[in-house]
Amino acid sequence: MSALAPFTAAEMMTVAAARLLGNDDVCFVGIGLPSAAANLARLTHAPGVVLIYESGPIGAKPDVLPLSIGDGNLAETADTVVSTSEIFRYWLQGGRVTVGFLSAAQIDRFANINTTVIGDYEHPEVRLPGAGGAPEIAACAGKVILVLRQTARSFVERVDFITSVGHLDGGEARKQLGLPGQGPVAVVTDLCLMAPDPVTKELTVTYLHPGVSREKVQAATGWNLRFADAVGQSPAPNASELETLRQLQRRTALAHGRTPDA
Amino acid sequence: MAELTSLRAAVESLVRDGDLLAMEGFTHLIPFAAGHEIIRQGRRNLALVRMTPDLIYDQMIGAGCARKLVFSWGGNPGVGSLHRLRDAVEHGWPRELELEEHGHGDLSNAYVAGASNLPFAVLRAYAGSDLPRYSNAIRFIDCPFTGERLAAVPSVRPDLAVIHAQKADRRGNVLLWGILGVQKEAVLAARRAIVTVEEVVHELEAWPNACILPHWTVSAVCLVPGGAHPSYAHGYYERDNQFYQSWDAISRDRESFQQWLKRHILDTEDFEDFRRVLQEGMAKEVR
Repeated sequence: MSALAPFTAAEMMTVAAARLLGNDDVCFVGIGLPSAAANLARLTHAPGVVLIYESGPIGAKPDVLPLSIGDGNLAETADTVVSTSEIFRYWLQGGRVTVGFLSAAQIDRFANINTTVIGDYEHPEVRLPGAGGAPEIAACAGKVILVLRQTARSFVERVDFITSVGHLDGGEARKQLGLPGQGPVAVVTDLCLMAPDPVTKELTVTYLHPGVSREKVQAATGWNLRFADAVGQSPAPNASELETLRQLQRRTALAHGRTPDA
Repeated sequence: MAELTSLRAAVESLVRDGDLLAMEGFTHLIPFAAGHEIIRQGRRNLALVRMTPDLIYDQMIGAGCARKLVFSWGGNPGVGSLHRLRDAVEHGWPRELELEEHGHGDLSNAYVAGASNLPFAVLRAYAGSDLPRYSNAIRFIDCPFTGERLAAVPSVRPDLAVIHAQKADRRGNVLLWGILGVQKEAVLAARRAIVTVEEVVHELEAWPNACILPHWTVSAVCLVPGGAHPSYAHGYYERDNQFYQSWDAISRDRESFQQWLKRHILDTEDFEDFRRVLQEGMAKEVR
C-alpha cells in the first residue's frame, strides 16, 4: 500500500474539530464543515456520539455526508425521526444537546456569529442565507464549537450583525443574558484552534496547526490577535483519521457527483 | 372535506392573490408541482412563509408572485445562494420583497402556535442577538410565573398551506413519512390546504402512530406523481442533486432565469409537461 498523501489544511481543520467531540456527546450538527467533522468523530474515536440534525433525525449515522440538512440518508439511518418543531422544543430547548457544532460566514473576537448580512441590514452588501437553527442552538446547546476557514474577511473585530450570540462584549456579558448554554468554547479553523479566555472571553489561540506561523494566523484575522501563554501544536492527523475522512469524502463525491466541503 | 381534483383546479379555486401562503417540506417532499402551477396561473402579491425558501420560492419570487417572505434559512442547500431571492432583496427585482426573518426553532414553533390556535409561540432564544432589533416579529415577554424573560413570536396562520405527501386514500386521508419538517403543523395552522400526493390507494394501511392528515383537515388532494421533484419523496425517488446544482447557473442572471421560466413553466401545460421539457433539455446536454 502506498503512503498517504500529505494532509491539507482543510483536512487538518476537520480532524481537529472531530477530536473535540466525545463518545458521550449529543451533538446538534450544522450542515457543511460541522457535519463532516461530526461524522468523522463518529467513524473514528466516538462511535457512540449521537448526531441530531435540525430537520428531525436523531441518532443519524449517514454513510455519505448529506448535501442538505434533510437528506434521506439521515432519516434512514436515524434512531428516530421527529418533527422539526419537536427537535427544537424537546431535544434542544429541553436540554438534551451537549454540543452544538456550527459554522459561520463571519465571527468576531468574542465569537459572536453572523450568518445574516455583510454590511448594513437594510442595504446589505451581501445578503447571506440567514439564521437557520443557529440562534436557538447558540442559546440552548450545552456548549458550542465553531468550525470555519480563517480569513481576515471572516474573522473581524466586530461582526456586522449578531445572528447568534457568542460572548457578546466579553467578560460576564453572556452570563448576564441568562441563557442556559455556555456558548462557544472552541473555534477550529484551517490554521489554528482558539478558545475564549476564561475571564475576558476574548478568542485566544491555543494551538497552531503544523507548519502554521503566528504571523500567518494574524494575517488572516481582522483584529490584534491574542495568543495563549503556552501555545501548543495540534497533532497532525493520524493515518486512521486521514484515511477515514478521505473514504467518507470519496463515498460522498460518488453519491452526489461532486466534492463536498472538507 | 378533501376533494380529489386536478392540481390546476385546486390552484384555481383555492389560491388567491394576496394570500399568506405556506408551502412546507424540509428538503423532503417540497411541493414543486404546486409552486409551478401557482406561477403558471399568475398569482400575485403573495406573502410566502417557509422555513427554507429553497428553489421553490426562488422560482416564485423570480416570477413575481411574492410581496413578502417569512423564512428562517434562505440558501440553496449545499450549493450556495438563492440568486432570485438575493436579486429581489438587493435590487428589488422583479419587485421589492419585504423580509421577515426568524430562526428555525422560532418559526417551527410559530406553526405549532398557529395549529394550536394561540396568538404566539414562546421560546428561550435571541437574548443578545440583533434579529429582534430589526424585526417586529420577535419580542420579549416575562413569564407570569417565574419572571424569566423569554422570546415571543407571532403564530403563523396561513390562508393556505400546500404540502406534498406520499399517499392518499380515495376519501382524501393523507399519509406521509420520513423527514416531516412542519408539514402537519402548517396544514393544521391554515384555513385551507392543498395536498399533492405520489399515489392514491384504496387503503393507507398505516400504523397507529403514523402521520396522518384526516380528509376533513384538507381542502383538496391532487394526484401528481413526482410532484416533489427536484426534492425527494422517501420511498419513491431520490433528491435530484444535479438539478439543485444546475439551478445556480440558471438562476444567476435575470435573462437565463426568464428563459428557463418561460420554457419550463409558463409554456408548459402542467407538471407532466414540465418534466417532459426538462428531460428533453437534459438529453440535449448529454448529446
